[in-house]
Amino acid sequence: MSDIKKIIAKHKRWDFIFSIVGLVSMFGALLVLAVLVGDLFLDGLPRFSKDFFISYPSRFPEKAGILSAWVGTIAIMTVTACAAIPLGIAAGIYLEEYAPKNWFTDIIEINVSNLAGVPSIVYGLMALGLFVYELDLGRNILTGGLTLALLILPMIIIATREAIRAIPQAMREASYAMGATKWQTTRHHVLPYASPSILTGIIIALSRAIGETAPLITIGALTFIAFLPQSPISTDFPFISFEWIKEGFTVMPVQMFNWISRPQEAFHFNAAAAGIVLMSLTLLMNAVAIVIRYRVRKRIKW
Amino acid sequence: MGPLFFVCRGSQKMSKRFFRQSKEKLIEAILLLAASSSIFITMGIVGILVYESVQFFREVSFFDFITDTQWTPLFENPHYGILPLLSGTLTTTFVALCVAIPLGTIAAIFLSEYASHRLREIVKPLLELLSAVPTVVYGYFALLFVTPLLQKIFPDLPGFNMLSAGLVIGIMIIPYVSSVSEDAIHSVPMYLREGSYAMGATKMQTALKVVMPSAISGIAAAYILGISRAVGETMVVAIAAGMQPNFTFNPTQPAETITAYIVQVSLGDLPHGGLGYRTIFAAGLSLLSMTLVFNIIGHWLRKKYREVY
Repeated sequence: MSDIKKIIAKHKRWDFIFSIVGLVSMFGALLVLAVLVGDLFLDGLPRFSKDFFISYPSRFPEKAGILSAWVGTIAIMTVTACAAIPLGIAAGIYLEEYAPKNWFTDIIEINVSNLAGVPSIVYGLMALGLFVYELDLGRNILTGGLTLALLILPMIIIATREAIRAIPQAMREASYAMGATKWQTTRHHVLPYASPSILTGIIIALSRAIGETAPLITIGALTFIAFLPQSPISTDFPFISFEWIKEGFTVMPVQMFNWISRPQEAFHFNAAAAGIVLMSLTLLMNAVAIVIRYRVRKRIKW
Repeated sequence: MGPLFFVCRGSQKMSKRFFRQSKEKLIEAILLLAASSSIFITMGIVGILVYESVQFFREVSFFDFITDTQWTPLFENPHYGILPLLSGTLTTTFVALCVAIPLGTIAAIFLSEYASHRLREIVKPLLELLSAVPTVVYGYFALLFVTPLLQKIFPDLPGFNMLSAGLVIGIMIIPYVSSVSEDAIHSVPMYLREGSYAMGATKMQTALKVVMPSAISGIAAAYILGISRAVGETMVVAIAAGMQPNFTFNPTQPAETITAYIVQVSLGDLPHGGLGYRTIFAAGLSLLSMTLVFNIIGHWLRKKYREVY
């Protein structure tokens, strides 16, 4: 009897140890994240000032700023969002609602999941060969935005599909019963219910694109830009100009990379300050996505 | 109301229906086109990489490419052996896996078997954040925080080394490993656990000896997806591992990976169309083939565990 009690106690002890190990390894990983954020803030915060946001890069670390970088990031993201969001949602709708079960659909499905696993730098190589040299679009905002759009397209397609798949069949049947066509059902019933989840996916995909560095370096994002692209609003008719998409650019992660790779320590502090901006942006976007996802799950019960 | 009236109304109805049907067809065609775009992207990627690589292999023999132990394409006496880049890639990946596999697996088991619902809801999104941090920020962290920290323990460690890059990549891919593993663990049916508890097994025994073996193909898929991420990771190694091709498997040495080489060449200004320009496409093709193999194995394994239950 006492032997059995001993065995039970031993097993319980192991069980307890294992749960501690689990807790430690999980919080260990989160601790690294906290240390990373702390390190960035310690190094970068002293460089934070209004001037840092409204200055161009410079040879002098204390004068350098991220003006052209954040403007470039906004410009690139505009192009990326305009290209990737409609295309991704449309593709997701087709695959979930329209696609017949045949070999072509299978190929598209396998293809999308494989594309999601392709390293980002390979997209950069493709863009360099295809957009920059074959199509001769130049190393500009348009090329950069399209490259990132292709990169996040699989993410948006997958998010859209998962969102649509969660809508119960009864919703569609009710709509068909009222005489609605397939598109009317999709447009007025499926999409509105799926939209919060799709939005979550889009936000996360865009937050990835904002931090993406390698493909933009490959297509030749410049690291020293002391001018801004032309304003999209012009004083002449038709008041909107698209000249800005044809200009060279830099973005925040590329600027940060440039500062990290310099030997002088003062530039590293600039890199940390740029890193704070970048981190805050991505973490904020992810937080928004998490909140939306959480609220959707709480509100909708099928 | 004469018969003519009904004819007119009928044809109006007909034309309305015709309009409606052609609109539906048009929309379907547009959506199909959007879905096919993914195929065009793949064709673009494979087409460009193969096209440039074929021209590369016209001048460099494939045998030299995979056996030469020197990679000096931009020197006077060029050597085009992919092995040094491959050794760098494999070493950093190995270090990363040594971090990500234990931590990711334990975190997955803990979250699905031990943690309360509340804790899980809070910790899971936080863990996901690890993969949301921009890679260039991780590079900063590896070079300017982890390396100095390691140098306090190993004073001989060079400023650029594969160890710190690999460790940081490992932290970065924890969410890939843990979330797919957790998926797999979650899909193990409850009655297997209940059977095990009924035999008097503890939680740990159930988790390690019943749940893990049942979910093993899914967990393996998670590892393989993690490997493919680590192989393709660029900025961390470009920043922290140094940019010198070095045929070594010693993680305390500086070395260059396939991805870092592509970055290095892109930062310089190589003329379009030269052999030097084509090396990055040959390197890219090697990288794509590696990740493709891993991804296919991973998907196959994932499909397998989904079929079982």
